Amino acid sequence: MEKKFRGNVWAFGNDIDTDVIIPGKYLRTTDMQVFADHAMEGIAPDFAKNVKKGDIIVAGDNFGCGSSREQAPLALKYAGVSCVIAKYFARIFFRNAINVGLLIIEADAEAADGDQVEVDLENNLVRVFPKGRPDDVREYPTENLPDFLLEILNDGGLVAHRKKKMAQ
Amino acid sequence: MKTISEKIFSRASGTDAHANDFVIADVDYAMAHDGTSVLAVKAFREMGVSKVWDAGKIIIPFDHLVPASTDAAAVLQKDIREWIKEQNISHFYEGGEGICHQVLPERGFALPGKLIIGADSHSCTYGAFGAFGTGVGATDMAEIFAAGKLWFRVPETIKMTVDGTLGKGVYAKDLTLYLIGKTGIAGATYKAVEFYGEAITALSVSGRMTLCNMAIEMGAKAGIVPPDEKTSDFLKNRSQAEFEPVYADTEASYCKEVVYHADDIEPQIACPHEVDNVVPVGKVAGTPLDQAFLGTCTNGRLEDLAVAADILKGKTVKIRTIAAPASRTVLLEALESGVFETLVRAGVSFITPGCGPCLGAHQGIIAEGENCISTANRNFKGRMGKGGNVYLGSPASVAAAALKGEIVDPREFI
Repeated sequence: MEKKFRGNVWAFGNDIDTDVIIPGKYLRTTDMQVFADHAMEGIAPDFAKNVKKGDIIVAGDNFGCGSSREQAPLALKYAGVSCVIAKYFARIFFRNAINVGLLIIEADAEAADGDQVEVDLENNLVRVFPKGRPDDVREYPTENLPDFLLEILNDGGLVAHRKKKMAQ
Repeated sequence: MKTISEKIFSRASGTDAHANDFVIADVDYAMAHDGTSVLAVKAFREMGVSKVWDAGKIIIPFDHLVPASTDAAAVLQKDIREWIKEQNISHFYEGGEGICHQVLPERGFALPGKLIIGADSHSCTYGAFGAFGTGVGATDMAEIFAAGKLWFRVPETIKMTVDGTLGKGVYAKDLTLYLIGKTGIAGATYKAVEFYGEAITALSVSGRMTLCNMAIEMGAKAGIVPPDEKTSDFLKNRSQAEFEPVYADTEASYCKEVVYHADDIEPQIACPHEVDNVVPVGKVAGTPLDQAFLGTCTNGRLEDLAVAADILKGKTVKIRTIAAPASRTVLLEALESGVFETLVRAGVSFITPGCGPCLGAHQGIIAEGENCISTANRNFKGRMGKGGNVYLGSPASVAAAALKGEIVDPREFI
């Protein structure tokens, strides 16, 4: 995982649920592209069409509440989202994101569509670069993940992590 | 001095576990259904493990998309059936046996003191029996299939007491929606909730399942009712497994203690598109409806269908009304008690025991702009169909609304 990277912001509010991240009718497949093609369809129908590799989601409280469907973090990951920043995550989404290797960061960041965000894992910070206001860069501290979860993330998810452990 | 969750995690992890500790805990039973087993089995295969940790502790009921309604679902279900055979999984329940959260209690797996992990967010239902039940995703389930254990953070616990008595026409679902409205959709995130008080004790086992089923809708990791005589009566002759009921110490430490009064509670409706958007039914009376749905792991048991039958007896519904019994056992109980015939004569369409249209995949999807009143547990945007609106209420509220074609106070019909 890169220690420092930057991406364009997709901003969302509080309580973004798994039914809007990936509606129930698209779940019956193992084709990750199907999940990616319908990512965020329930709340931002143009998201899947316009999202670019490396884009970053910045949201409020309780991101990913609702069902246990792992297709929710998978949809975001395969749509190209590099990281989801939220004030905090619903617990099953939190586990699922780490398990599928989607970086999640808890921070009180405020950002709007069109802004850019820099994730600085070395210094535990995210920096928001507001669109058209170069002098207004804001920094937000991030919550640290426990080391064993960072290790799973760094290995690329729980399947790769277990394979590595079994090989050792 | 420990909470129920701290005691169950201490036992399951072999440590002296307290809230906020990270533990590796042995799972007593693991559940996945036709929806989540697909990615769980895929991850399990990718892990390169040849045999599951204990084929007798894995339970797989098919309930979400049964009978298969698309080519893709049929192919995926066939693959899972083959994997179940290959792994000798003893507890497989074919489509039509019922919803996972109904099947596990009926077959004696939801036992006091057990740690039961399901690849489904409503696995908190098992708390109705004093178990610690919680949901995980598919890859975590694959890890359990492989190793029988998983990491957990021991949750802090909210003590929620409801004293007093629910009024006439007010049911477990109304109490549950009321508590969610008070707590908020994220008010219990990462936490467990223990339920106490005479209104909780007075609930039937079915009502306690309604309550614990929706603990996740306030963000909770688990919702637990301490087991009592009603629990033992229900469990009698259902399981050979040993179990030990677990109770909180009197001086257990809670992160929050709240008390509510059952007498204050009116029939409640959760309005689109959040489960905590809860109002007394009077506030939305007159809202026109296109569909009514009775069923789900929240309210698809005999007690629920019987309440609806009492209201619909000898009358005819005004809007399309769908009923999905929570299990084959419930369907048989409804047949034998006459509830089934009453509902069918009133114009209700019965579908296969299972999840039905709850998650908007089949059997009653609503169109853009349509309103559905449902006994289910979620009303998120697009949940039952793109552009549709879902109102959640008790079986009585759904039956009364079906008669009138609009939301109405069910007490007018009781």
